[in-house]
Amino acid sequence: MKRLAILASGIALACAATLAALPALAQDSLAKIKEKGVLSVGVKNDYKPWGFLEPSGKIVGLEIDLAQAIADKIGVKLEMLPVIAANRMEFLKQGRIDMVIATMGDTAERRKIVGMVEPNYYAGATNVMAPKSAGLKTWADLKGRKVCAVQGAYYNRRVTQMYAPDLVVFPSVPDALNALQGNNCVAFLFDDTLIVSTLSGGDAKWAGYEMPLVSEDPQLWAIGIRLEDMDGPFGKLVKEMSVDWHKSGKLLELETKWGIKQSPYLIETNKKLKAAS
Amino acid sequence: MLTMIAAFFERLNETQGLNFSVFYDAFDRSRFLTGLWTTSYICVVSILASLALGLAGVWVAGSGSRFGRLVVRGYVQFFRNTPPLVQLSFFYFAVGGLLPRVSDGFGGQSPLVSGTGWAIIAFSLFAGAFNVEIFRAGIEAVPSTTVEAAESLGYTRLQLYIHVVLPLAFRICLPALNNNLVNLVKTTTLAYAIGVPELLYAASQIWSESFNVREMMNVLLVTYVLLVAVLVFVMGRWEKAMRIPGYST
Repeated sequence: MKRLAILASGIALACAATLAALPALAQDSLAKIKEKGVLSVGVKNDYKPWGFLEPSGKIVGLEIDLAQAIADKIGVKLEMLPVIAANRMEFLKQGRIDMVIATMGDTAERRKIVGMVEPNYYAGATNVMAPKSAGLKTWADLKGRKVCAVQGAYYNRRVTQMYAPDLVVFPSVPDALNALQGNNCVAFLFDDTLIVSTLSGGDAKWAGYEMPLVSEDPQLWAIGIRLEDMDGPFGKLVKEMSVDWHKSGKLLELETKWGIKQSPYLIETNKKLKAAS
Repeated sequence: MLTMIAAFFERLNETQGLNFSVFYDAFDRSRFLTGLWTTSYICVVSILASLALGLAGVWVAGSGSRFGRLVVRGYVQFFRNTPPLVQLSFFYFAVGGLLPRVSDGFGGQSPLVSGTGWAIIAFSLFAGAFNVEIFRAGIEAVPSTTVEAAESLGYTRLQLYIHVVLPLAFRICLPALNNNLVNLVKTTTLAYAIGVPELLYAASQIWSESFNVREMMNVLLVTYVLLVAVLVFVMGRWEKAMRIPGYST
């Protein structure tokens, strides 16, 4: 037992040594991207129609169009890496990707870790998707009941603390939706944007489902870049493009292209920026 | 004492940026402890069930029934030769939907077997398949002369097993059994894929909110080292208690 204790503490020490964070490399990301000839972007591949897989296996969607626009502007190839909520910020920090466009909510907590590009390119809020037969009326109805959710989503903690559901959290959206269909939970907690587009997608599978609650906790979505890039040339370029997308109405056009109802946030920002210029 | 530990880790976060939130944030801590409890629970139940399955399997495989032998062979081949993650998903997503439903206490319906239930079933069957083979190796290593001697004294097959074959076979197969059970403890992390709140699930919930991946990975690693150490310690004591001087090692 004593030897075991020594072994365990040895391992703990070795682990602690690896904890010393790698020094952040201060270098111009834009120059690096140009040199590589590739812009690596973390995207979603399970979030229709923002980022999803075509039957051919290609990733397409509204966010992919935005990523492509940035790559085109820099004049490099676009490389996409599918990410999930739980790993995207880590990938960015480690330098595996240069940018994240993956339905990422803009929160104060996350702003400490990654740079959030303003103006935000989209906005969503929290709601649930549930079978009509579940008869959910208010958020308080979720108390003590099994609710499916997806890992790393920012609202998981807030909803758990406020309404005390028994959260069953899955690695990805399809897993959680499968579990919902198998009646493993009474509702699926997610962004209302995805719920609306799933329900209006015309899939017979979801005919008996609804979005029964009032959306809560509106959240802006942001393109994420490394904190060091925020004031660098790469950050400036992305920021300028984001302003341009709002002002020119490109984002509204893309919504129409991907069959999304025009969101109040985009209409409002479009007006505001046009008036300012 | 507890508040001292909490204060220490809070300071560590402020001064060094090492965020071990499980030690000072009550919400994170309760999630982690729930994970530890779920993992321990799945481990203990699966270990016992897989041992029972192994014993039953090897008993049937050695019996006169041709049909029984075929069933055990089929079971072992199936569960030994497919990945546990696939088995788990198969049970949860495919079989789970076919089972009858029970009331969830809110006027709704919920499946008969929960995610944790399926995890226990899948892991028990998986480890049980290996246990059948491990026990078989042990039983086949018992000298046939010993068995014949017992038979000539008029032992029935069950008596022979309980009093002669199993005590000897257990000693021989303990090292292999140890390996398999340690593996089983580590396999429980797969339950994360079907939303069972075990340790890896709890840890990833915490790091996806607090962004302390490195710290949580280390906590997780040390926790599993300790969990396995407990199992190895118990098995070691058992092995020692069963030792016969002069017989094997």
